[in-house]
Amino acid sequence: MSGWLVILASAVLIAGLLVAAGVFTWVERRLLGFLQERLGPNRVGPFGFLQWVADTVKLLTKEDAPPEGADVIAFRLAPALAALPILAGFGVVAFGDGLAIAPLDMGVVFATAMLALTVYALVLGAWASRNRYALLGGLRAAAQMIAYEAFLGLSLMGVVLIAGSFAMADIVAAQKGAWFILVQPLGAVLFFIASLAAAHRLPFDLQESETDLVAGFMTEYSGMSFALFFLGEYVAILLVSALAVTLFLGGWLGPWLPGPVWFGLKVGAVALLFIWVRAALPRPRYDQLIAFAWKLALPLALLNLLLTGWVVVA
Amino acid sequence: MIGTLKSLWAVGLKLFAPTQTQGYPEVKPALAPRYRGRIILSRDPDGQERCVACNLCAVVCPVDCIEVVKAETVEGRWYPETFRINFARCIFCGLCEEACPTAAIQLTPDFELADYARSSLVYDKPDLLIAGKGKYPGYRYWDVAGKTAPPNTDPKDLAP
Repeated sequence: MSGWLVILASAVLIAGLLVAAGVFTWVERRLLGFLQERLGPNRVGPFGFLQWVADTVKLLTKEDAPPEGADVIAFRLAPALAALPILAGFGVVAFGDGLAIAPLDMGVVFATAMLALTVYALVLGAWASRNRYALLGGLRAAAQMIAYEAFLGLSLMGVVLIAGSFAMADIVAAQKGAWFILVQPLGAVLFFIASLAAAHRLPFDLQESETDLVAGFMTEYSGMSFALFFLGEYVAILLVSALAVTLFLGGWLGPWLPGPVWFGLKVGAVALLFIWVRAALPRPRYDQLIAFAWKLALPLALLNLLLTGWVVVA
Repeated sequence: MIGTLKSLWAVGLKLFAPTQTQGYPEVKPALAPRYRGRIILSRDPDGQERCVACNLCAVVCPVDCIEVVKAETVEGRWYPETFRINFARCIFCGLCEEACPTAAIQLTPDFELADYARSSLVYDKPDLLIAGKGKYPGYRYWDVAGKTAPPNTDPKDLAP
């Protein structure tokens, strides 16, 4: 693609993602409501659909002041750092056959790297807030990210071994026969668990667990700074859903409908799964969370990789 | 692991369960007659004010939101010249209703008292006094007060 076209496509993609994240907050609140025998927001617009617009307007008009004693530059930098890498990560996602803004050869690695970068935003924001709850949240974020990134990468190595490529388009093309969730069920489950942690979602949202840390790393944030953290979290859900669909659920492949429609439907379904998990599962204790990652998930991911490698080579 | 899947399944089923939410402004809640809402002053069956300005309600009020100023008719009967309730303070505990000897002050099942200014939450006597008899239709204080009850009367029969 030529330069201007790339810029135009990126702008469209970013705008689309912002709207998608907003709509997703509404979908989450409604679905969570029904899962808890409530209705959820149903007042603004038809079925409450415009609730996310109202929320955005509210967040834009709220005061956004750094707390006393905060490191103001870092405090302002952190929210931007939370949203930007995730949006960049979407650059390599293949929405259809040949439909990617930057079809990198190392697409999967790039996307996971961008996911991992958000932890800097969390730690920076926590440190700059000069608040002990925020700092505890930041520490947890760092430890959790190290623990879960390790087997996030390993769990998808099996797929990469079978497909023989890190490029998203090649991985999807390799699933023409059978989706990799059938070939790599253990890898898919491990990847889903790790992506929950990578997107900082319940039950792995220890860094902002409001029951013991007020709001964790974003205790001191309000207004648009808060909204950027929030946006980063919701776009991260969409990004890991897109990754899961690309790696395990056949990407844009599907009968009758055009590729991007299939891709969108699958990403939506995986994102709904995130909401379902949030409604059903309690938050584990911190040491349980870390022990699970290092003592169970990482060995399982290594075993999966070992077996896959054995099968592929043999 | 099995427990996790079980809980996912159980919560997933809730998607098809009926919701418990009541769509309040459209669907009004069914409140009991004894619900403690907006306070009113009621009248006798013959249309007289029941309130005798004894001030017991103002004394018992834990938040001091009732103000009563006594006046006297030519026959020497007391009545409230001013009766003022500040609903910004009222906690709707119902102690005034329990203290009232004449069943004049009563709490009703109306809770929609929201307003834009605090000053408009101060209700004066014309705002409080209703034309009807409230919860005790046949009760007239002067029929039972100050009279000797017949022997073997259950005192509860004299209450409203």
